[in-house]
Amino acid sequence: MNTAVEICGVKFKNPVMDASGTFGSGMEYSSMVDLNRLGAVVTKGVASVPWEGNPTPRVTETPSGMMNAIGLQNPGIDVFIKRDLEFLKKYDTNIIVNVCGHSIDEYVAVVERLSDESCVSMLEINVSCPNVRFGGIAFGTDPKLLGEVTREVKKHAKQPVIMKLSPNVTSVAEMAKAAEEAGADAISLINTITAMKIDIYRKQFVLANRTGGLSGPAIRPVAVRMVYEASHAVSIPVIGMGGITSGEDAVEFMMAGARAVAVGMYNFHKPTAMIDTIEGIEKYMKKTGIEDINDIVGCV
Amino acid sequence: MNQTTAAVKEITCIADGVYSMWFRTEIAKEAKPGQFVMVNPRSEAHLLGRPISICEIDADRSLLRLVFRVVGYGTDELASSKTGDSFTILGPLGNGFDVSKAEKDSNVVLMGGGIGAPPILGLACALKAAGVQKITAVLGYRSREAGIFLKDEFENVADVVITTDDGSEGLKGNVVEALRAKDIAADIIYSCGPMPMLRAIKGFAEEKGIPAYISLEERMACGVGACLGCVVKTKDKDEHSHVNNTRICTEGPVFEAQEVDI
Repeated sequence: MNTAVEICGVKFKNPVMDASGTFGSGMEYSSMVDLNRLGAVVTKGVASVPWEGNPTPRVTETPSGMMNAIGLQNPGIDVFIKRDLEFLKKYDTNIIVNVCGHSIDEYVAVVERLSDESCVSMLEINVSCPNVRFGGIAFGTDPKLLGEVTREVKKHAKQPVIMKLSPNVTSVAEMAKAAEEAGADAISLINTITAMKIDIYRKQFVLANRTGGLSGPAIRPVAVRMVYEASHAVSIPVIGMGGITSGEDAVEFMMAGARAVAVGMYNFHKPTAMIDTIEGIEKYMKKTGIEDINDIVGCV
Repeated sequence: MNQTTAAVKEITCIADGVYSMWFRTEIAKEAKPGQFVMVNPRSEAHLLGRPISICEIDADRSLLRLVFRVVGYGTDELASSKTGDSFTILGPLGNGFDVSKAEKDSNVVLMGGGIGAPPILGLACALKAAGVQKITAVLGYRSREAGIFLKDEFENVADVVITTDDGSEGLKGNVVEALRAKDIAADIIYSCGPMPMLRAIKGFAEEKGIPAYISLEERMACGVGACLGCVVKTKDKDEHSHVNNTRICTEGPVFEAQEVDI
């Protein structure tokens, strides 16, 4: 039975990783989750300098999901390389660094700083965070801007580049094509869906940022549809995510066209969610007589 | 720190909307006063654990006591559970109170406001066990009618001063007013309660030049420092975040009052 997959020449022992922002840099969960078992660890978004993020409340529960507006708080690339990368290097797993910025220059600055870090397998460019005012989603909702940032990042990146796409667009297929045409090596989707929750007794927004990104099982059917549309629009590999809780959910995304998958907010519910997902995929393969996980990719 | 299944050993309503619950769990063996656990609701429509502070710890018998107020779906579900029901619990989480900050002969003042009182009880027991002689617990409640909970337990380990908002039991007013009115000697304060109370305690401690350790709460998703949902502003740059924000779930929930911007 083969669960290994390959994306842009990078080999993954299995197709399961975390969705950026839901697993810190692995360190926070490492006492409960054996990072060596994961296909990859995708780190929380890192910028060229430390970011403070948004005021609190930053998170709230919603039906079968949650909303967040963290605002990409991060310690900056220097600390990240010294502390987080140094920690992750010890593990036998791929490291995918999620990169954020307010401008193309800021994305490029991070990408350049990472060019000598051979332990980094891939870069994921966050052009889809709904919770920061400049950069983030602005790049991910306009195909021209998305193309521009992709081209610039590609000029400077030593590692394969994944563009992380936003679901907050009319046509995700158009965005996927824009990324591919500009040279992206892969795409990942979906980031969170812009949402709002109001506290009717306080007559206030629940989140200090007013809006937040919706994630969790509540968004899964939307994510599956978008992964299907994006993967049929491009020939580069797709990493699918949005409300995955189990091996069955992961298989669903792969059948929609994802070469690999990421578990997001469910890590908060159950720290071992990714291990369960890996084991669930194996169980599904045994049960249905599938020899190679790659055989189900885009099979519907 | 671990996520395990824990069975409810006992659950009782101890005041209006306030429940006391004993869980049988190995988490009790590692837990310290002031730490908390994340209790997952059993409904799969509610996926985030509910952070609830630990009230008492019986490590020998693997028992953990949680005392909580019903404020929404998760706590309502917990409150309607029965002996033998099981819940998924993650913990112990956070730093907890540092008992060693109190000298044996210090005048230790514990201040608990409403549902902030439970974690202070566990601390009072630990301080007593550590040989601290002079422990005064100043506890603030809404009213006698709403319930003066945990009073008996506190009286076993500390001198107790009760205040209520309406004066229906003990002194009328808040806990800081009581501290001044009774001129209670304080070398060190530990506290948990609503934010206005913690702000008043921070001010009092600054004025007197004494340390005050306060336990904060915030909406959180992971409880382990990964999501960065539950931060509080800090006076100095935080060592982990490298900005003026620190994680309540990991670096806290207990902070020296002057270090946080509340």
